[in-house]
Amino acid sequence: MKAEPVPARITAACERVRPATPADAVAGAAPRVVATPASTEEASALLKAAADLGLAVVPRGTGSRLHWGNPPARCDLVLETTGMDRVVEHAAGDLVATVQAGVRLDRLAAVLGAAGQRLALDPPGGGTVGGVLATAAAGPLRLRYGTPRDLLIGITVVRADGTVAKSGGKVVKNVAGYDIGKLFAGSRGTLGLITQATFRLHPVPAESAYVTAECAAAVDACQMIALALGSPASPVAAELDWPRADDRVRIGLALEGDQAGVAERAVALSGLLGRDAALSVRPQPPPWWGGGPAAQPDGTVLQIGFWPGDLGMVLAEIRAAAEAAWLDPAVGGPAAAGVLYAALPAGQDPGAVAAFVAVLRGAVGHGLPADSGHRLSEARQPVIHAKPGARHAPPAERGRSWNRVVRPVVAGGRGAARSNPTGAGGVTRPVWDQAGEDRAGEDRAGEGPPARANVVVLHAPSAVGGLVDLFGPVPSLALMRAVKNQFDPAGTMAPGRFAGGI
Amino acid sequence: MTEQPPAPGRVSAGTGQDPGPATALAGLIPRLAEICGPDTVITDPMELRTYECDGLTAHRCSPGVVVLPDTAAQVAAVVRACAGARVPFVARGSGTGLSGGALPRADGVLIVTARMRRIIEVDAASRRAIVEPGVTNLAVSKAAQPFGLFYAPDPSSQQICSVGGNVAENSGGAHCLKHGFTVHHVTGLEIVTPGGELTWLGDGTGAAPGYDLLGAFTGSEGTLGIVTKIVVRLTPIPQAVTTLLAAFETTGHGGAAVSAIIGAGILPAAIEMMDALSIEAAEAAVRCRYPEGAGAVLIVELDGPETDVHGETAAVRGLCERAGAFEIRAAADPAERAAIWTGRRSAFAAVGRISPAYIVQDGVVPRTALPEVLDRISALSAQAGIRVANVFHAGDGNLHPLVLFDDSSPEQSAAAEELSGAILDECIAHGGSITGEHGVGVDKSRYMSRMFTADDLDTMQLLRCAFDPAGLCNPGKVFPTPRMCGEVPGVRRGPHPLVASGQAESF
Repeated sequence: MKAEPVPARITAACERVRPATPADAVAGAAPRVVATPASTEEASALLKAAADLGLAVVPRGTGSRLHWGNPPARCDLVLETTGMDRVVEHAAGDLVATVQAGVRLDRLAAVLGAAGQRLALDPPGGGTVGGVLATAAAGPLRLRYGTPRDLLIGITVVRADGTVAKSGGKVVKNVAGYDIGKLFAGSRGTLGLITQATFRLHPVPAESAYVTAECAAAVDACQMIALALGSPASPVAAELDWPRADDRVRIGLALEGDQAGVAERAVALSGLLGRDAALSVRPQPPPWWGGGPAAQPDGTVLQIGFWPGDLGMVLAEIRAAAEAAWLDPAVGGPAAAGVLYAALPAGQDPGAVAAFVAVLRGAVGHGLPADSGHRLSEARQPVIHAKPGARHAPPAERGRSWNRVVRPVVAGGRGAARSNPTGAGGVTRPVWDQAGEDRAGEDRAGEGPPARANVVVLHAPSAVGGLVDLFGPVPSLALMRAVKNQFDPAGTMAPGRFAGGI
Repeated sequence: MTEQPPAPGRVSAGTGQDPGPATALAGLIPRLAEICGPDTVITDPMELRTYECDGLTAHRCSPGVVVLPDTAAQVAAVVRACAGARVPFVARGSGTGLSGGALPRADGVLIVTARMRRIIEVDAASRRAIVEPGVTNLAVSKAAQPFGLFYAPDPSSQQICSVGGNVAENSGGAHCLKHGFTVHHVTGLEIVTPGGELTWLGDGTGAAPGYDLLGAFTGSEGTLGIVTKIVVRLTPIPQAVTTLLAAFETTGHGGAAVSAIIGAGILPAAIEMMDALSIEAAEAAVRCRYPEGAGAVLIVELDGPETDVHGETAAVRGLCERAGAFEIRAAADPAERAAIWTGRRSAFAAVGRISPAYIVQDGVVPRTALPEVLDRISALSAQAGIRVANVFHAGDGNLHPLVLFDDSSPEQSAAAEELSGAILDECIAHGGSITGEHGVGVDKSRYMSRMFTADDLDTMQLLRCAFDPAGLCNPGKVFPTPRMCGEVPGVRRGPHPLVASGQAESF
């Protein structure tokens, strides 16, 4: 089959086409052809030809995250975006740039930097604009600036059948029509091909400073992060790094702004965090910044998303689940934004890795077993609940008053919360009318999302992938399947790579 | 909720015994009363007229029936009943929308979320709150305030507009230049799908697995389902806020100041501009005492850490002076700040003082194209003999030209309408948008094909077909031509002029 010549329809549609080599395999699936269109039009012709031939297509940028997700169910043609590598327009006065999907982030940064501007995305591993969009990859700056979808203001895509479509535009403020860019951000190539994107830019700050600290206990690190976030220091990023269970926990806080402001805030923040935490202030990020577990290229990397107030609980559960599986992952990431990564090197027992994932999902995603509350109570970050008129801590004391109310143990439990509204030793979530009328008597406990955390395996060796669902439970999967069926009814775009086998 | 509803979303292809819209609706009313209680179903024609339009009064239609559910389960049951009877339904929050997005259907059910006003949770440590859709925008900030937090999107109607409506419209506000829109501040939505199922989009984390349906739903103008709970992100209240008012002789000078500020790498929370005519109107209405003889005023608000704001304020002052500002006022306390904002906030209503009628237009251009587009607007205005007052969010190029006319004259009304459309054409020609924050609704659907190709619109409607194959959820909004949602794999059907719901097959 691999000896077959490239179909004539494909060579007619796209100038740069070659037979695939073993190095072109996508997570073990070997394609027949690699095509590198140079424009949206060429990509459209190529996808139309591929659709007519029933070929399964997997888009690829620089390939830095090609091992993410499930292996494709079918893979005939790898569509390389690196031929579309033009910065189409940098409207510096408008703080907007339009770029083709194959432009590398580092090259874009150089172009924008010449005008004192930047795309405020710093995902570990860099990659192309299209790849970063398709994987929704983000780094430390996500705390302030969000993920690619938050900075994307316009997009051009080619659908599976070759139809070219755009949404949004090149103005930041725009609510005309559906935002197809949001849909494609993080879609892993399963809905179509991203060929061009327009982003909102930000000025490069005049000054940056990084305040770092080391803590003996995770709970101290959590406390410091919370203090920093509640302070006027206004960090744009707050990273945590905890390489092994026995290591000290490092935190780093990035400050940006004008020269005088950053200097003053760095001093104030250091004072706030205390004297005995191995504090340092530096103009450059620490070596572990934005890297650590998230950047590990092989082995297994998990992304854990959670409500930021649960940081202490999540850290404790990660360590507990790992310990139960005799594993010791590196843990770290943009903790204050509610994202952590846990990385295990290649060569671990697949069964142990799968058990780690399953236990962790059970612990943080779908309610905690009632008895785990005692073991973890020290590390759990409580939440302040109050209603208008009720006594509450004045803002100045916010950081210190956490231990007054304890978060319910069963928070987020799927069925448990509903049948046991107050939880084991927890408190009822307050409910009040916006007019102040107390409606706590009504049984509304457990309202909110079915889970307040999620565990996604970004990438894992195939032996692990065979044992766990990489994406875990996904709410609204039926709607997602319906969306996939509308955009790619023949199922030729990166089939099987995504959540729920999409 | 005891009745077994038809399987959600399953609409059979057979259309033989469709009872007709009026009969279908009449048959549905007892069921609605059963679900929500008789007191919450409105059928009296006089009472129904209260709901005939939203903030855009040019489009009116009395709903077939109004229902005011109290819970998400009730909303779901109402939608299931509608889907089963193939009756269209429209959701409405506070009715402050400016594009007719909540315009009811005479043959349909209007689902009003006004009774769903519970603030379910404020999680200060996570900087999140869970609210019901009828909660007003400002109420969220008030609930968060004791914890030093606020809800950043602040549309000018924030005292009365609902968060559910904000989600439908992806509302912005004066401060979205720095703080972003609703879509940047919502991390989870509980919705009722057009088939009547309750489900969550996103889990509140901001990092949920799967497609970003949350992002795609936000701003879909009520066409993909009805929001029943919202997880919002809360933001720390900035340590310092300074508001500057700078007066210039012309909007050109004001525009130059805006360019200089952005060029200096400063990102204010808001940059607003008003031209001479809108200043005159505001002066007549609220005596805002803006500097005399100003051809344009610029309001620049800076927020953030104190030292940074001090530094930026000094820089902005200097830049405004260099651009020709003849008077600059600074406000540091809330009262002074309110005084500066009074004129701006009253601007829309104020033009009512100087004109019998007016159209509030909402268009966007790249910020650097503002001077050119303003010149074009005054040329168009002179040509048509119709006055235009300009109020705009200068920082992001969002124009609100107020087209002033006498509605007792049919010629003037027609000329105003035409001028208003011509302004949108200018926006499109400069690479902008037909709406920055008011939405498309019924009002602008006819302009959509000027901004987007048929393929663009067809692609957007694939999303609609995935959510609402039967086309019952707020039909007739956003898109000029509804798309048929054929299900045959690999076969694409072109846009069809009819929403023949009976022919649609669900997922």
